[in-house]
Amino acid sequence: MTERVAATPGLYPLPDRAKETLSDLKGHQKGDLLSGDESEAIVVEYDEVRAEYVDDQLDAGLDLISEGQGRWDDVIAHPLTVSDAVETGGIVRYYDNNNFYRDPRVVDDLDFSGDVAGELAKAADLLADADEADDASLAATLPGPYSLADLATDERYGDAAEFQAAIAEFLAGEVEAFPEHETLFLLEPSLVTNPPAEGDESTATDAISTVADATDADVVVQTFYGALGEKLYAHLVDEAGADALGLDLVAGDRDDTVYNVQEFGSTDSLSLGLVDGQNTLVEEPETIAERVEWFESQIPLEGFDRTYLTPNTELFYLPTNKYREKLNALAAAAEVLD
Amino acid sequence: MVRNPEANRDQFRPTDHPNDAFLLTTVVGSYPKPKWLNRADELVDDPDSKFDAADLEEAHDDACRLITHEHERAGLDTVVDGEMRRSEMVEFFADRIDGYEFNGPVKVWGHNYFDKPSVVEEVEYDEPWLVDEFEFTSNAAERPVKVPITGPYTLGFWAFNEAYPSTEELVYDLADLVNEEVEKLVEAGARYIQIDEPALATTPEDHAIVGEALERIVSGIDEDVRIGLHVCYGDYSRIYPEINDYPIDEFDVELCNGDFEQIPTFTDPEFEPDLALGVVDAHTAEVEPVEEIKANIRQGLRVVPPEKLTISPDCGLKLLPREVAYGKTENMVTAVREVEAAIDSGAIDLDDPLADD
Repeated sequence: MTERVAATPGLYPLPDRAKETLSDLKGHQKGDLLSGDESEAIVVEYDEVRAEYVDDQLDAGLDLISEGQGRWDDVIAHPLTVSDAVETGGIVRYYDNNNFYRDPRVVDDLDFSGDVAGELAKAADLLADADEADDASLAATLPGPYSLADLATDERYGDAAEFQAAIAEFLAGEVEAFPEHETLFLLEPSLVTNPPAEGDESTATDAISTVADATDADVVVQTFYGALGEKLYAHLVDEAGADALGLDLVAGDRDDTVYNVQEFGSTDSLSLGLVDGQNTLVEEPETIAERVEWFESQIPLEGFDRTYLTPNTELFYLPTNKYREKLNALAAAAEVLD
Repeated sequence: MVRNPEANRDQFRPTDHPNDAFLLTTVVGSYPKPKWLNRADELVDDPDSKFDAADLEEAHDDACRLITHEHERAGLDTVVDGEMRRSEMVEFFADRIDGYEFNGPVKVWGHNYFDKPSVVEEVEYDEPWLVDEFEFTSNAAERPVKVPITGPYTLGFWAFNEAYPSTEELVYDLADLVNEEVEKLVEAGARYIQIDEPALATTPEDHAIVGEALERIVSGIDEDVRIGLHVCYGDYSRIYPEINDYPIDEFDVELCNGDFEQIPTFTDPEFEPDLALGVVDAHTAEVEPVEEIKANIRQGLRVVPPEKLTISPDCGLKLLPREVAYGKTENMVTAVREVEAAIDSGAIDLDDPLADD
């Protein structure tokens, strides 16, 4: 029987109080954004934010608990913008959103930083200490190497394939330092918005599998902002080393996604982007459950392992009250299905 | 198609205008708030303070008079109150339109947030949005007053859409409400309206939606009312020549910020509305010297003749220190009047406006 798991790919909105405290502590300008060597006062504030995120998720009843990535000022480019090999350039648009991040210019050989492992270890401690966390386990989040390379500027490696491979090695090194985690979400929106040229798909899937191979956890390659092209989809299923491919059922053409699954099969598990991470309208748990059942009924695969119920995107686009309601809706939908 | 800018331009020419040539001077709208007004905006929310809503209204009135007069002192032909009563450009209107609700701030970048509203039911017109503001400013001003309004495309796409099957449909409903507001403003005496659509700069492929929205906005509005459209910095080649079909009198662009590299975009085919050209940069805190601004104004003459050229700053000046905003405005007007004189004397060759005298 297929197991249903309520989870998120992370990147939550800061609680409103922390929005104010942190902007007072850090400032509003480009140079004030996080560089990984923040002061003790800022560390303490983020510790509180992280604890609140863990509580939010446990209160909602999610099966997988994310660190929440409150520190990720530069959204999924964060692991690079805190790296010593990177200089941050101008403020650039984050995909097709009214959001911006600092352009990470990779100017030196990428080397281990341990930044994400550090915050994840704190989340693991919080989870271990929580009373009601019996059934919940830790989910790590990282950008996928393809998207991270796409968001960055290469001023070191000089070759696109080499750059992707270097970023993949860097991310794999970070993963090896992670505390025990059940799942690793690799966020790969660029596979949809700026897919590899025909013939270059394997460069991307090789890079992804480099990161996936660095952990024993289940790896979810979460794509979003629409449907994947069919050829790329087929490559990802076969070559990316993912336990589950994440598919966006909110944005873009759902029929294209169904077609891909029917035509090219799927990973043993799937992650479904079911609630809209970019709209304050909160879906009813029953509606989410219906979407899951409908989609599962389209999958030809027998012995399908696990369906992750997730938002289609990160949740930082939302005001905090709506982010919490979305968590509740996902967890409630998983219960409806049980 | 373009409205009839010739039919409404002359009413803004001051009776004591010193030159034959007339380049209409204006501003995009927002202006730095005096520091005490920001304090007053905060004070009214402080439960321990005796400063109440009536006090804040008085402060807003004072600030509107102050900035309107500051614009007149700089010599502008048409003035704005600097949007002293307004908060953020979407928030202010969403607060006045039935159908919107606020859930809290969302991230734009770093620790910069925006109170992005949600449209939760069909939008409806309730009380007028800007008529009181216009009447107050108009009474305080000697010069004609321009009214900037955030456009329906931006009001729609910079909100969460919970209620409409598509945001395009929301935009058209909002456009009908803007039309109602423009009618009321015209009734109150307004003759210069500017629709602000910054959201179009980021999604230029939606130019047809903005065009249809503009058709609705100007429906039934007489040609003696001047309708401008302001679109901030972006790749204008993505919306040109399509904007020649927009029902507007004037198209206001931010080109100074990009050193006028995009000017050739507008020269072929012929530019049809009047051109409102940004000639001082809204994002640098240095006041441009008059000579530099004069050279910038000449860039506009490559696109349109003097009788179709309006001069403004690139964008709203509200993020600048106030003395810098004033310096830019004052130098801009000085530069315009000197360019007009040079046109009158023949020192500027209109067939080759960048050529040395």
